[in-house]
Order: sequence, then C-alpha cells, then structure tokens
Amino acid sequence: MSNEMNSDLNSHQDGVIFEKSRSGRINASQSPRESAVSQVIPAALLRESPPMLPEVSEMQAVRHFTRLSQKNFSIDTHFYPLGSCTMKYNPRACNTLAMLPGFLNYHPLAPVETGQGFMSCMYELQEILKEVTGMKEVSLTPMAGAQGEFAGMAMIRAYHDARGDSTRCEVICPDAAHGTNPATAVMCGYKVKEIPTKADGDIDIEALKEVIGPQTAGIMLTNPSTVGVFERRITEIAKIVHDAGGLLYYDGANLNAILGKVRPGDMGFDVIHMNLHKTFSTPHGGGGPGAGPVGVSDRLIPFLPVPMVGYDGAQYHWLTKKDRPQSIGQLSAFGGNAGVLMRAYIYARLLGREGMPRIAEYSVLNANYMMAELQKKGFDLAFPSRRATHEFIVTLKRQAKTLDVSAMDFAKRLLDYGYHAPTTYFPLLVPECFLIEPTETEDKDTLDGFIDAMAKIQHEAETQADMVKAAPYTLPSRRLDDVRAARELDIVWQPNEQTE
Amino acid sequence: MPFIPHTETDVKQMLASIGVDDIEALFDEIPAELRIGNLDKIPAGLNEMEMSRLMHERAAAQPQPLCFIGAGAYEHHIPAAIWEIVTRGEFYSAYTPYQAEASQGTLQLIYEYQTMMAHLTGMEASNASLYDGASGLAEAVLMAVRANRKSKSKRILMPVTVNPTYRSVAQTIVENQGITLELVDYPLAAGCIDVASLPTDPGDIAALVIPQPNFFGVLEDVNALTDWAHAHGMLVIAVVNPTSLALLTPPGEWGELGADIVCGEGQPLGVPLAGGGPYFGFMCCNLKHVRQMPGRIVGRTVDADGKPGFTLTLQAREQHIRRSKATSNICTNQGLVVAAATIYMTLLGAHGLNKVANASHQNTQHLSEQLSSIDGVTVAFSSPTFHEFVIKLEGVSVGDVLNALMADGVLGGFDLSADYAALGEAILVCATETKTAADIAIYRDALNRVMSRLKGGAA
Amino acid sequence: MSNVPSHLKYAKSHEWVESLSDDTYRIGISDHAQDLLGDMVFVELPEVGQAVSVQNECAVVESVKAASDVYSPLSGEVVAINEALVDNPDLVNRDAYGDGWLFTVKASDLSELAGLMSADDYIELRSDDDH
Repeated sequence: MSNEMNSDLNSHQDGVIFEKSRSGRINASQSPRESAVSQVIPAALLRESPPMLPEVSEMQAVRHFTRLSQKNFSIDTHFYPLGSCTMKYNPRACNTLAMLPGFLNYHPLAPVETGQGFMSCMYELQEILKEVTGMKEVSLTPMAGAQGEFAGMAMIRAYHDARGDSTRCEVICPDAAHGTNPATAVMCGYKVKEIPTKADGDIDIEALKEVIGPQTAGIMLTNPSTVGVFERRITEIAKIVHDAGGLLYYDGANLNAILGKVRPGDMGFDVIHMNLHKTFSTPHGGGGPGAGPVGVSDRLIPFLPVPMVGYDGAQYHWLTKKDRPQSIGQLSAFGGNAGVLMRAYIYARLLGREGMPRIAEYSVLNANYMMAELQKKGFDLAFPSRRATHEFIVTLKRQAKTLDVSAMDFAKRLLDYGYHAPTTYFPLLVPECFLIEPTETEDKDTLDGFIDAMAKIQHEAETQADMVKAAPYTLPSRRLDDVRAARELDIVWQPNEQTE
Repeated sequence: MPFIPHTETDVKQMLASIGVDDIEALFDEIPAELRIGNLDKIPAGLNEMEMSRLMHERAAAQPQPLCFIGAGAYEHHIPAAIWEIVTRGEFYSAYTPYQAEASQGTLQLIYEYQTMMAHLTGMEASNASLYDGASGLAEAVLMAVRANRKSKSKRILMPVTVNPTYRSVAQTIVENQGITLELVDYPLAAGCIDVASLPTDPGDIAALVIPQPNFFGVLEDVNALTDWAHAHGMLVIAVVNPTSLALLTPPGEWGELGADIVCGEGQPLGVPLAGGGPYFGFMCCNLKHVRQMPGRIVGRTVDADGKPGFTLTLQAREQHIRRSKATSNICTNQGLVVAAATIYMTLLGAHGLNKVANASHQNTQHLSEQLSSIDGVTVAFSSPTFHEFVIKLEGVSVGDVLNALMADGVLGGFDLSADYAALGEAILVCATETKTAADIAIYRDALNRVMSRLKGGAA
Repeated sequence: MSNVPSHLKYAKSHEWVESLSDDTYRIGISDHAQDLLGDMVFVELPEVGQAVSVQNECAVVESVKAASDVYSPLSGEVVAINEALVDNPDLVNRDAYGDGWLFTVKASDLSELAGLMSADDYIELRSDDDH
C-alpha cells in the first residue's frame, strides 16, 4: 500500500465509476456494429428508457478498476494467515493453462466428442481426489464448500429415505462447527443438536453418547477440528455413530493439514466435501468462485449428485440421472465450476503423489513454529497442551480484560504492519481469538516478521492502547462505521447524488 | 520442492524452536493405525514445462466448431480488457472482504456491481451474486416462501417453459423443506404461457416464476402474468437473461407493481463458456424484502475520518452468525466472475449492451428465416423470440441431424426431445452477435444437405 | 450492572413483560439483552392481529453482530406494535423498558404469567450466565 494511495490529495479520483460517467461517451470498439431495430417484439415488452450503466472510455475503465485492485490485500501482495481459509500461493501456471482457448470456448452442452480434452482432466481429477481422501467415488459438481455440504447432507437423507428409515430427524454438530454446518442441516430438513468441545479441544464423547439415538441421521465433523487440533478418538466416534445407524459427514475445510498423511475414508467417514479453493490452491477471487467436490463411501455411491464424468475405455462421457436414478440430482445448470476444477487438476498434477504429503508436512511445520514462537513472546494459546495442525488459536482474552484492547484491535493494527489479520472471533467458543493459518507456501522470514509485529503490537497495547484501538492508519480507509452501514442502508448508488 | 520455500537450515531452526527432532513428530497425535503410506494411484509430479505440454495437448483435443447452442450459456464477445484486469493478483488472490479496510477494492467493485444490476433489472437492491442461474432460482424460491408474509403456503408455480435444468436444480435444493413446485403448462403452438388459461381461484400459493425470455427463447406476456400473480397474493420471481434487459422491459416495471424477486444467469456478461463454469447467479429485489435475500451485500458508509468507504452489511442474516437460522448456507459469492461482469457492463454501457442484445436478436431472426426455408424444417412457435428459437424437423431424428451437422463442423443446437417429448423432433437454436451472415449461411447450407441426405436415405 | 426494573416480569430468553391492564401486556427485551447484542440496526415486528404463542418466535432484533429471535412470553393476539422502531431501532438500546418496547399482546392464558421470573430471579439468572 503506497503512501500515494493513502493521500487525501488524490481521493477525488476514487469516486464510484458512475461519477466518472458522461452522457454520450461510447466505447465503439467493444460493441457490435449497429443493426436494425426489431420490428417483431411488441412495444409492451420493450424497455422504455436505457438502464443507468457507466459511460466511460476503455482507458477510464481500466484505470478505475486497476486503482481499485490496488486497494486490496491479496496473497500476491501480503501474508494472509487467515485461519480455516488456507490462503496459499496460487501458482500462475494453473491459471494460464486453464485459460487455453480450447477450454474457454467449450460450450457445456456441446457433444462429448468435442470435449474429450476437458473431460479427461475432469475424470482424472475425480480419480486423484478419490485416492487422496480414501473415498470410493467422487462427484465434482458442487460449486462451493457450502454446496458440497448441502450435497453431503442431502445424500445422507436420501440414504435413510431409500431404506424407509424416516424417523431420523436430527443432525449432531459440535459447538465449534463452521456456521455453514447447522445452516446446511436445516436446509436438508433436519434439526440440529449441538455437542460441546472439551477443554483439550476434543469432542465430548460422553455428551455425544447422550444425544445420539434412533433419531440421529448423522454427525457433521471437521478433522482436524475448527479449533486447530486433530480429533484423536475419531475411530471411536465413528463406531458410536455407525452403531446408532447414523452416518458421518466430513467437512473438508482443514484437509490441508492431513493431505497424504491420513484419509477421511480411513477414519470412517461416509461422505466428505473438499474445498478446492483451499487445499488445491484455486484462487479465492475476492470471495469465490470456489469448488466443493464430494466423495462418498460405498453405501452412498448411488446418491451422488450428477453430472459426473465416466470413461468406457475409449471415450469420456457424462453420467446423468439416467445412469444414476437414485442421485440427489443436479446442483447447477451444467457440471459445476469447471474452470476452477481445471485449476485444481493442474495443481494436483504439478504436485503429484510426492507433493501432496509435503503440503501437510510444511503447513503443519509452519503452524507449529509460529505457535511456539508466539508463546515464547508471551501470547496465550487456547490449547497449549496440543500440537498445532495447519492452524492454531491464540486467545487475547487477557489483553482484552487488562488492557481493553480486543482481538479486533490487534487485527486492525496488524493491517498497518502489512499483514492481513488472522481469522478473528471464530471459533465462537474461544473468547477474543485469533485462528492463525500460515500455509506451507510462506517462508520463515515472513513468519518471523509477523511474530515480531505481534510482539510490537503487544507493546503498543501496553503503552498506548488508544492508538491501537483506533487502527488502522495507513490503509485506504480508517475503521468503517458498520452500524451506519446497516442502519442507513446504501447498497445501490443513485444518480441524484451526482450533483453533490 | 514445488511451491514450498523452506531450506534445510530453515527446517532445522524451526524444529529446534518447536522442540522436536523431525517433521514426522508433529503428526504424533494421529493414531498410528490411521496413517497411510504412498498415494500410488496418483501420478508423479510434473514440472511446469511438462504440464504445459500436457495441457496444450488436451486443449488441442477440443475442436471448436461453429456453435449455435445456447440453452442457458451464450457465446458473446468478451472485451480484452476484462480478463486482463480480473486476473491481476490483487483481485485474483484476495479473500472474501471480511477485513473491510484491507478490501476496499473488492468492496467498491461489488457496490458498483450491485448498482448496475439494480438499474438493469429495475429493482432497488442486488446481492453480491450467487453460484449460478439454476441454484439462484432455487434460492429465489426459498426467499419467496420466507418473504411472502400474506401466504402461509409452500407451493410455487413453476412454468414448464422455465429451463428444465433450473427446475430440476430447484427441486433438488428445496424439496427437503417441504416446498412443492407445481408445473404450469403452455399451449404447444404458442410456446409460452396462456394467461387466459390460468385458474381464477388458484388457492394459497407463495410465488409464480416467470421466465423472460423463456427456455424456448419465446417472450412471455410478463405484464399480464405479473398482475395475475399479484391479484392472487403471490410474489413474482422473474428469471431473466441480463443481455436481453438492455432491450426488454425490466422486471421492476412488469405489470402494475413489478416483479418481487429477480434472478438469472450472469454468464452472458463477459464470462467465457468454459465448459459450464464458473458463472454467477444474480439476484435483485426491492428494499422491503432485502433482509430475506440470501448472500452477501456491500454497503457504503464512512470511516473514522468521515471518508466514504465500503463494508459488508446485513451480515446478521448469514450463516456464520445466524447458523441454523440463516437465510441460506451460502458463504461465497462468485467474486471474480462478478468482477468480470462489472467491467463488461462498464465497457459496453447501456448503448453497447443494447447493441449486443439487438444484434443477437436480429441474427436469430435472420437464422430463423434461413433455416425455415429448408424443406422439412419449420419454426415451432408463432410468438416473438429474443435470441433463441425452436425448429421442428420432419421425417428425421434430431440425434442423427445434430451428429451429421457436427461432422460438417456445425453445432446445430440443443436437442429438446428428452425434456419436451411433446414437441417431437425439435432443436433449440441460438445466434448471438458473434455470428456473421457467412456463419448463418454455413449452417443453412449444412442443414439443407443433411436434411436432404437423411430424408432421402429414409425414403 | 444493567438496569432490571422490579415492577416487570422476565422470561429466560430475556424478554420483559409489563402489565397494562387485566389482559394486555407490553413486551420488550431486557437492558441486559440489548447490551449483549450491541447497536441495534433493525427490528422485525409481528403484525397487529397476529396470533402469538408462548415461547414461540414472533419478532427479530438485529444488531451488527447478531440477529436474535424474540420469543413471546405469553400466548394471545398482538394488539399494538411499536412503529417508531422501524426508523429508530436504536430506541431499544437507549430505552429498553420505555420507548424501546416491541409489541403489546392481549393474553389468552393468564396462567402463563406464573412461568415468568421476578426481577430478583432474573438478576440471579444473569449472574449465572456470566460464568
């Protein structure tokens, strides 16, 4: 973030694009040639006045959006240790090769004979994901983690329904679960039962035994869990749930920590979703698009969402509801976020079988190193007796209480030091927490720089708390008034403001 | 090691700091019996040069015939500047803008996107996007059931003229919540809903879905349909093509009161076909329903110095706060694809988008005239269309015709026989602004040859 | 220590109930509840004439941090709502027991009052919450 960008002197250049618009300015080169006006569409169906879209030149547009981009933190510009999000480097080859014209110009409904190159990549990606997760079959179609979760829970429901087992109306989630888990269970028509997490970070198995029963459809777990530790008694949990007739759902948010080391299929899970935008390094794109493929154990294979890619030894083809009559159905207009899947495929091939366990090894090394160093600097760990996985939790409860400086204040001050803040206030059960995930692609010097910054902010909090509480200072914006944003809703720019 | 920067010295120092001998020790909490050996079925890693060679070979196995397929994904010209900017690292590799001060670029862009979509659809509010058009319709159905406070019903009227895949996706997503989608048929000659045939007492229904244009490319009588739905206490869910809105009445102006929820597929706005995704779904509504709308929303506010700035707002509706009571489980939007659409609409402006819509419409009219001049080929519906239309073939099977056309380098359209058996041998055909008069002539000549050959062969 | 007026009754889910007449009761959320939620940005009220039943959700109070359901402490029919909250949701923050009231119910089952707490009991419940 250069000082120039922070200067008020040029802030008049940073208005919304509509303020740069002038009536009658037309970009002729980007539009088709003029054609005759339609005579066949009835007047009652025609638009009376044109929509308010910007009228700017190509250069104005390019400059505007390039300047906007410069107001973002990103992996390419900043260390981004956002826990549970796996902000690792996105190799450029994945983008370049996924954008070859043969792939970009492929219509999703074109005959498979014209799509064999693309479909071979999708088929191989299915096979790679099967092997690395230990699941029996994979469908790539869910367009995000949350949609993968939906697919997973819908399959569990379809499984019970197909067996005529209609009494199962509850899904169990740990209290530390991602918010999507309970939201998904409800979308699939289930009630949610929460069970507590113990002080050592593991699930309270006694509490699980109490809530489980013939009404239990399944349990939704993340392992390593959302508190950054490996659930050690997972085999025992799987047995308890299976003995009660329930199924186990695996939230793949934290797959980076165990890739090539241990597989959800071997832990006893029946269905998993993967976040390819995390573990397989497809870009986060400012909040999407992602991809959330699902993998299943034998008993759920018939219910997988379609389409999937099949191979008969000569040609790749789509598997549809015709081939899989018990499928939960289609989740997108076509086959899912194909371009994202292509990037994940390329990444997986660049890593290969030997590269996958290295991801787990070095992401876990980085996290444990940061945890050890931050503890040495005097920070409190939420689970000091445990190994970190690929992430860990620091709690700033003491600082909040004694210095009145909150985790959010630390987060905002870190931005001034040029580091994106870790995840704050998740998981909800650890007060004033930082969930820190460095990923394997960061070098030691970067980690040391972050640790130094944390120590400096601690010192600032002790000596000039008010300064920390008003951070950040060096970014395009100071702290934003989100109460005003919600009370005086301004979500669409109106042209009458132009005269201001 | 690929994408891992550690030197041996680094690793030694880091292990010493942690107090373990080797990296393996860091995995000692995982039960030994669960650990795996090699991932034998996964191929060994390739370097960038090898991978590049492989992908160029795969791309070369993707011939790019002249394409007249639409059916929900449309080939339009994509200005060069769009993906140059979108793939800048600052957009490409940023995360969801939770730390607003460090994400003003993405946030302002989404605010501008919301503004463009609201004005394009004639509505007061837009979210930051959903996954795609089909899942967007499912979310619109869920929203309508929540938002229609006059109705206790979970019934939705779903015309058969809505994209059959959208109907199927909506069914998958809403069926576990007790919502029923009741089909509304259409007269075979017109290809669109006959308002006069709708019941005078439909009962308590939460919403009517109205596609414009519908899946056949035909324009529905949206004004009368909207008024009919409102007269019976239903909300109106509009499913629209964004390109068409430069030419057609925006849903906010349909009938007396306008549509209540507008959704659709954003792909035509600068997004490549790319085998089906990533695209994005858009969703707009009026302010009175904004708290029922799923997905992220960006608002403009001020910072501590009183300067304008942008932040995510109305987050209390979302899953990470409201958990099991959230409006949806959706977390992401399709941020990067929305960036492309925003730049697309900026570069074209209303004038350019209108030219795209009009050129696509005119090319389709021209193609329709050319194809229907062939013996055995007729246009299925008499009603006006936007940039797609249906042809019926006599004495041949659609499958054989499309295969023969493909052999001639033409993708002739989408085979309707599986989804609309009542139409007989029918193809949905599309010609956007990318098709020249010469392209259209190639299609006509190829179809002419194929028809006479196949019909001759059959005789 | 937030304010807990002694003339009101309280529900475990942090609503308060004020008797207006024999069978009409005004309902709001406690000062403690508004303090936990923080700056209120929106209040979704029931409609006048709507039937509500005890311990069922009938309104939503939304802050920047959270959207929280309000459960009716009594069964009956809604006879009035506080329309001032539509434009000024922060009245709940400023005056939880006065101008920040939510709605008034004509109660159908007065025996439900016995299930509510006194101010002293509510203070005790809250101190348990704080652990």
